Amino acid sequence: MGQTFAEQILSHSAGYNVKAGELIVVEPDLIMAHDSLTPSIIRIMREELGIEHVHNPERAVIVIDHVAPASTLSIANSQNLIRQFASEEGIRLFDAGRGICHQVLIEERLAQPGYVIIGSDSHSTSYGAVAAFGTGMGSTDVALCLATGRIWLRVPESIKINVIGRFQPGVTAKDLALKIGRELTISGANYCSVEYHGLQWLDLPSRQTISSMAVEIGAKAGIFPPSPTIKEFFHIPDWLKNDPEAEFVRELTIDLNALSPQIALPHAVDKVVDIDKVAGTKVDVVFLGTCTNGRYEDMKAAANILKGYRISSTVRMLLTPASSRELQKASLDGTLSTLIDAGVTLITPGCGPCMGRHNGTLADGDVCLSTGNRNFRGRMGSPNSSIYLASPEVAAASAITGVITAPKEI
Amino acid sequence: MTPLISRVWKFGSDVDTDQIVPGRYAPYMRPDEDVGQFAFIEARPEFAKNARPGDIIVAGENFGCGSSREYAPEALKRRQIAAIIAPSFARIFFRNSINLGIPLFISSEIATSIRDGEYVGLDLVNNLLLSESRQYILPPLPFFMTEILKAGGVVKYIRQYGRFPTA
Repeated sequence: MGQTFAEQILSHSAGYNVKAGELIVVEPDLIMAHDSLTPSIIRIMREELGIEHVHNPERAVIVIDHVAPASTLSIANSQNLIRQFASEEGIRLFDAGRGICHQVLIEERLAQPGYVIIGSDSHSTSYGAVAAFGTGMGSTDVALCLATGRIWLRVPESIKINVIGRFQPGVTAKDLALKIGRELTISGANYCSVEYHGLQWLDLPSRQTISSMAVEIGAKAGIFPPSPTIKEFFHIPDWLKNDPEAEFVRELTIDLNALSPQIALPHAVDKVVDIDKVAGTKVDVVFLGTCTNGRYEDMKAAANILKGYRISSTVRMLLTPASSRELQKASLDGTLSTLIDAGVTLITPGCGPCMGRHNGTLADGDVCLSTGNRNFRGRMGSPNSSIYLASPEVAAASAITGVITAPKEI
Repeated sequence: MTPLISRVWKFGSDVDTDQIVPGRYAPYMRPDEDVGQFAFIEARPEFAKNARPGDIIVAGENFGCGSSREYAPEALKRRQIAAIIAPSFARIFFRNSINLGIPLFISSEIATSIRDGEYVGLDLVNNLLLSESRQYILPPLPFFMTEILKAGGVVKYIRQYGRFPTA
């Protein structure tokens, strides 16, 4: 009987062969909590569960990224409580400014192929980029993980995405992620693990872009088979390999040769069209960042288009690097300087305005073109604002013209 | 048990957690305020204002999609929403709700038949929903989850039994 990647990883974790549909209890290899939910996680663990200490602090990580640095007194106080908790419990903490949890855990090689990773953030599917089973959960589940070292899971069915062809000029991993949403819809992979096949050649940052958006089609995990591009940086366990006998509930083929830049329209991630359908739509804010598209390669791609240009006087363009290391890379080769020359505003590495809490909250009527992953109504601020989702290349081209623009037009 | 008289708040498909409680209203942002008052504060202010304990939500497919924020179902729990019925739920919302002890039921039939503003009887002992015209069965969840719900949520279950339910 063949096994999907989800079944392989969860079997390894459970210590026996598991199959899709089974309810199992496993010990996650890594438990991640971010600042937005950590105060409630601490409360649930200590006050409600009555468990004072974390079961295995070596498997826990806390990242301050959702409001970074603190924007109000109460958040500043909450963040100090988080720091105190991490210090008392001996948990590794990445403080405000280090970057977005999903980027940091991969950069620090804390996320590893074959791991079960539970994060307090829905975009924890990102760890599938390094062939881990990463999934997001709420405060109570994460508190239980921290307190007991264990969690219950339903072994998911899997959907196989076969990708053929190569990206055409101006088309990127983000366009593929949006295209997958377009094909499968916002709920098309609910309760399922998604596997991305045919992309052995794809680099790690592009994999992170695609895996981060697995949750946007409802998926529990979005796993790339281990590949030579990953082997360079990560140890791949012997037992983790593509099993041709694995069974899938659905298969889907996407041809990159036929893929053009995609754009998600307000207010749904799966309301995706080819860019020419909305080219010319006026934008007020362009946001380059998030766990989906805030890496060095994304900044570089935007800089390649913005070089020698100024952004439109009617546009505010915000850059939130995914991590301090990505920011540093961009600063070392002139990428950052190109972006600043063009008129981009640099924000502290972290989640930035993605949740509408700080660092560029959208006003009534604002139209934002974001490289992020969610465009729900009110996500980035006013319920009367709207968000389009696209690639860094489209973001840069649109910032120059002030209207939605395909990269090839610049 | 006498069936409750519950007002139905009907919602469409793909209601995301940003609609249930926008990120700007998170307890992290407003630690001194009751998150219950922010349930649907922007997406459906009349719910935020008028929902009463015992009311129920009947929604379309994929209710609760989006973020992991447990304060979305928590806000509905604080409003004492007695049950949420939909043809399907987004997975994190589903887990969070079960963990918090909020009764969820998966039913396409109810989601298509029951109207917004209708008053229904909810009998959680016999898993029945009564409308003026007929009676619907509320399909029970798997044993593992009903055990957690019976205990009033996963924290109470673990405190009582010291382990997860056995599947």
